[in-house]
Amino acid sequence: MEWETVIGLEIHAQLSTKSKIFSSASTQFGQAPNSQACAVDLGLPGVLPVLNVEAVNKAIKFGLAVNAHINQRNIFDRKNYFYPDLPKGYQISQMDLPIVGEGEIEISVGETTKIVGVTRAHLEEDAGKSVHDMFNEFSAIDLNRAGTPLLEIVSEPDMRSAKEAVAYAKKIHALVQYIGICDGNMQEGSFRCDANVSLRPMGQEKLGTRAELKNINSFKFLERAINLEVERQQDILEEGGSVVQETRLYDAVKHETRSMRSKEEANDYRYFPDPDLLPVEITDELMSSIKASLPELPVEKKARFIAELGLNEYDADILTSQKSLADYFEIMLQDNAKNAKLCANWVMGELSASLNKNQLDIEDSPVSAQDLSQLIARIGDDTISGKIAKDVFKAMWSGEGSADDIIESKGLKQVTDMGAIEVIIDEIIANNTPQVEQFKSGNEKILGFFVGQAMKASQGKANPKLLNQLLREKLS
Amino acid sequence: MHKKTIAELAQGLKDKEFSSVEITQHYLDRIKRSDLNAFITVTDELAMSQAQAADEKIAAGSANILTGIPYAHKDIFCTQGVKTSAGSKMLDNFISPYDATVSHQLNQADTVMLGKANMDEFAMGSSNENSFYGAVKNPWNADKIPGGSSGGSAAAVAGGLSCFATGTDTGGSIRQPASLCGITGLKPTYGRVSRYGMIAYASSLDQAGPMTKTAQDAAIVLNVMAGFDEKDSTSAEQAVPDYTANLNDSIKGLTIGLPKEFFSEGLDDEVATQVMNAVKEFEAMGAIVKEISLPNSAYAIPTYYIVAPCECSSNLSRLDGVRYGYRCDNPKNLEDLYLRSRSEAFGAEVKRRIMIGAYALSAGYYDAYYLKAQKTRHLISEDFKKAFGEVDVIMGPVSPTTAFDLGSVKDPVSMYLADIYTLSANLAGLPGMSIPAGFSDKLPVGLQLIGNYWSESKLLNIAHQFQQQTDWHQQMPQED
Repeated sequence: MEWETVIGLEIHAQLSTKSKIFSSASTQFGQAPNSQACAVDLGLPGVLPVLNVEAVNKAIKFGLAVNAHINQRNIFDRKNYFYPDLPKGYQISQMDLPIVGEGEIEISVGETTKIVGVTRAHLEEDAGKSVHDMFNEFSAIDLNRAGTPLLEIVSEPDMRSAKEAVAYAKKIHALVQYIGICDGNMQEGSFRCDANVSLRPMGQEKLGTRAELKNINSFKFLERAINLEVERQQDILEEGGSVVQETRLYDAVKHETRSMRSKEEANDYRYFPDPDLLPVEITDELMSSIKASLPELPVEKKARFIAELGLNEYDADILTSQKSLADYFEIMLQDNAKNAKLCANWVMGELSASLNKNQLDIEDSPVSAQDLSQLIARIGDDTISGKIAKDVFKAMWSGEGSADDIIESKGLKQVTDMGAIEVIIDEIIANNTPQVEQFKSGNEKILGFFVGQAMKASQGKANPKLLNQLLREKLS
Repeated sequence: MHKKTIAELAQGLKDKEFSSVEITQHYLDRIKRSDLNAFITVTDELAMSQAQAADEKIAAGSANILTGIPYAHKDIFCTQGVKTSAGSKMLDNFISPYDATVSHQLNQADTVMLGKANMDEFAMGSSNENSFYGAVKNPWNADKIPGGSSGGSAAAVAGGLSCFATGTDTGGSIRQPASLCGITGLKPTYGRVSRYGMIAYASSLDQAGPMTKTAQDAAIVLNVMAGFDEKDSTSAEQAVPDYTANLNDSIKGLTIGLPKEFFSEGLDDEVATQVMNAVKEFEAMGAIVKEISLPNSAYAIPTYYIVAPCECSSNLSRLDGVRYGYRCDNPKNLEDLYLRSRSEAFGAEVKRRIMIGAYALSAGYYDAYYLKAQKTRHLISEDFKKAFGEVDVIMGPVSPTTAFDLGSVKDPVSMYLADIYTLSANLAGLPGMSIPAGFSDKLPVGLQLIGNYWSESKLLNIAHQFQQQTDWHQQMPQED
């Protein structure tokens, strides 16, 4: 039987606010355990939550960026369960009336694009962290994370492959960074994914039983975990079995998914509106001022790159896939407005290759956008050839200085002086009489031989255009 | 000295008749001799140092009306460095690292804290028999309950162990013990006094207020307690009037509504008579009495006993033995830690309400109980809204009976009936007061006043005018 994979994602994006969602404690990452947890975060008797308006504003920003309906009256609920790193015995979240309602986002996989629905996005507080390997026999609790604002973004089950799921997750990842509501740092847990995966016979409307893959913190793992899960479910179904609804954990080390808890053990969270918090009322004025503050969104940027810079769909998509990449590219454009395609090629070619090889993010590139921009400008004004530029780039990468410094110190400027090139050509023509004869008798291909010789003699610095032109004149 | 009101003590301090140190010592001595069990913690040293500081302020001429006045602080308010137990074994070892907003406000006003008053565990109870620290006795008769949950506070004021006290009222916990102990108690409008640092029982109902000898004293204390607090999202961003300003306004022409539902079956005859006598006193002062109806008040008890347990089941989850409070010995695992810590440290009534709440909120029952109760709550509020279109104030009994014998009510549901007339004001968020209005068989009877939202000034004015005409509030229990 042919099976169709159905995937929905729940993404937890940590909102980049200075203080927590219901207290004034700092949200800075990597501080000493429990140094950033105030009385409210510790859940001391008598303390009360006070909503951080910044978190609300950032959630609205996200909603507007995915064309979602904003619930101008939304409420916070308590999700009750016991866990040592949940100080109050409940998590403040949103259940019935989330701040962001239905929206949508466009994804591209290869040449095709599709729309994925965003079901909802709601605000909630993060729990603390249990540390199991610090003390012998005992677990420890770090409440620095407790109360960190999260936006949980829930998708429709609109994705049909792991690739689509990754494309969607990447799109959301790029978007939250574009609009400045989340730093997107997956290692630090600022952006995490749960994937709901089910299979159904192709053509069937009804959804199959799903399994939920929890807390995946890299796109690579997301793709692997989903593919593994699809295989697992397919094996079960083809042997005539049925999939159990459960929560599964992806183990990146063992490369397997395994059961965490089944539906039967599922908690009854006893949701109810938090009586300590009033309903959030969002005014039209606030909505329009946030709308006005939205930067150019990736989808708009991509369209502009195609229309104004003449880039193709593929290049424009890649260059807008991460805010940092688009920012880098746009800095280069400032000095190379006419060479957009050349800039794009360099970013997606030499730069990306070097970054990949060294496993570096673009933010950590040893060659800055300004540096690379200078290099492109030198190609543009014929100071160096594209080929020489690659050598210059390597030198820049290893920290030998700016493009201009390197060109200067290594004497890589193209020779555009007609006289100098003439001297070289005359010598080559004099020394290679048989080849001159061949050219004259109609062998056009032999021209390449002369170009090669001349380049070699000029150590690659002869301006290729001039060289070609002069050679033809001299030979004929 | 312990018969003096705040106003009288303040005058005496100003006139140098006595010092705050002397007043404080007087009260501390009385507390030491008392066997009412009104206090969980007596803070002698702190009180004496606060009294000394107050005397210095008085000498420097920078005193306010509450400077150097001793009070009992209900043990539900967090007090930095002083044990805050909420009457529970669970918090027997809990010393708060921070002050509740109300504690802070009272400190700022230079009051003297004598200690932390006894109370029903986590404010759950109507008799003060649910305290881990034992029952409080009624100063009028040691065999009787003082009412609850602010029983320690009421007994402290009535028994002359403190000049005033703080209380909290979730379903009548200020008004009912005030009534049974013969003092003045005010539950302000929900949101008038900050709940920050007040250990939560039922967040949407809890409200703190003063328990005093007179309405005038209540106005003085409320002036300090009331106000917006940025740490409490449900506190109201509304200016605080001077509650002492309108105490002497005439109440001629005042319309009093008597809800027929407050005078039906279950009300003790003698209590009814005393309440009606008080109402007649108001008529004599020029007030107009009107019978009204609050048709949904019959649902106040069932509604309250869904809403409050739902909220408390969640509010008390933080008491899990993990971070502070009681932890069982040698837990085998996490489950065991939760289970035994909570089983061993919570009392029976608290456990009962947690279970009712957890059940009512659980999937499948939420709509039938919690949601239904919220709808009924809305209807109860609407009744009041309608009534306040016709009348200025609603009057009635506070409690259906006078103080009953300690240990006499064993059935929890019968105990819940003690709050039958007070609950609806909490469900609607309205201000309510209890003022002494007579005696029945040598036990005090209280009159309840319920006002419209933010009408504390008016209630205090009405109560003060009554206290100008009567001397019920001046009666004090006989001492051996």
